[in-house]
Amino acid sequence: MQCPKCHAPMHTYNRNGVQIEQCSGCRGIFLDYGELEALTQLEAQWSKPVPPPAPQAYPAPPAPAWGAPQHGGGHHGGGHGHYGGHGGHHGHNKSWAHMLFSS
Amino acid sequence: MTADIPPQLTAKIRAAAHPDAAPCHCGGTTTLAHRPDTTVLRHAETVAKAHAPGTDPAALTLRLATAARLPGVFLPPLTPAPAAFVDDRPVTLWPYGAPVDPDAPDAAPWEAAATLLALLHRTPPAPATPPMRGPAKAAHAIARLQEALAGAGAHPAAPPVLRAWAALPDWARAEAPMPGPRTLCHGDLHLGQLVRHPAPEGPWRLIDVDDLGVGVPAWDLARPASWYACGLLPPDEWTRFLTAYRAAGGPAVPAEGDPWPALDVPARALTVQTGARYLAKALVADRPLDEVEQSLIDACARMAPE
Repeated sequence: MQCPKCHAPMHTYNRNGVQIEQCSGCRGIFLDYGELEALTQLEAQWSKPVPPPAPQAYPAPPAPAWGAPQHGGGHHGGGHGHYGGHGGHHGHNKSWAHMLFSS
Repeated sequence: MTADIPPQLTAKIRAAAHPDAAPCHCGGTTTLAHRPDTTVLRHAETVAKAHAPGTDPAALTLRLATAARLPGVFLPPLTPAPAAFVDDRPVTLWPYGAPVDPDAPDAAPWEAAATLLALLHRTPPAPATPPMRGPAKAAHAIARLQEALAGAGAHPAAPPVLRAWAALPDWARAEAPMPGPRTLCHGDLHLGQLVRHPAPEGPWRLIDVDDLGVGVPAWDLARPASWYACGLLPPDEWTRFLTAYRAAGGPAVPAEGDPWPALDVPARALTVQTGARYLAKALVADRPLDEVEQSLIDACARMAPE
């Protein structure tokens, strides 16, 4: 392919998976349909801030297979369920407070 | 039904608090606990506990002796043997210790509890020490549930509890001796079993020798483990407890790695025991289970699917 401006030969380059043609004479760039949008999208991805760490940065301690679903059915890690003692779903549940102190 | 507090017990603690028969200006006796099987009274700095009817006095004396020789772990008893009998129930005397504030369970001394248990578990038991009574208590809870079911009829929560119970090994159901090396255990650890002595700022000590004895030490970790597994105890509190136990050289779980191979059976047993107790209470009171209670039943169902 020849450069539409200076008619020098154009070379194909791959920039982040997008094929672009660049003129070997005037260094002008030719983009096919959709390639500009593809490059813009890629640029947006690169400039995005690093995602914040997951709420539970430390792996949850191991739990048994019969454990509550928030333990991931016994798989190690990923716990983020509600817990009785800490203003979670159960809040200051009366039977939980009683359970902590009785046989 | 819980009977009235026996007047002999009140008289006994008053006499114990005033051994010189001096006039009493203490402002009376307070009731710290009064249940069908246990009554605990306080008079000034003395506490008297009337143990359950049918308590073996010889075994209780051995348990008192164990507590007495471990003053860094247990609140030391005031007398080396039961100080009296009230209606055939042995009575023991103790110094007063300040309990964990029931309104502030978030301030629970998990590290202290774990460290005391590790110290206890590392203490070689005396030859005559009786067995730890944890599995016997679990069996008792199941018997109570069966009684409640006989009175109230069927309940959808009962089959999973009874299936999970049947799936436990014999020793966890008190039908066979406990396996493993003879290890000194508390037998019934929960947050009501810790007091600061001298009150209110002294070091934490374990109380309640009723279930103390030799057995499987993971039983003492199993109640917090069960609460954590059931999604009731937050992971950070469980981690604090377990980490402190390991740091103190506790032998119940390996020093590193997954503790659940050691904890699984006792934690299942305690989950079944607690589920059975609350279900029996709900049956007797003819009330529905709440969400916390249901989480125990759900765990039982996952242990032993239909």
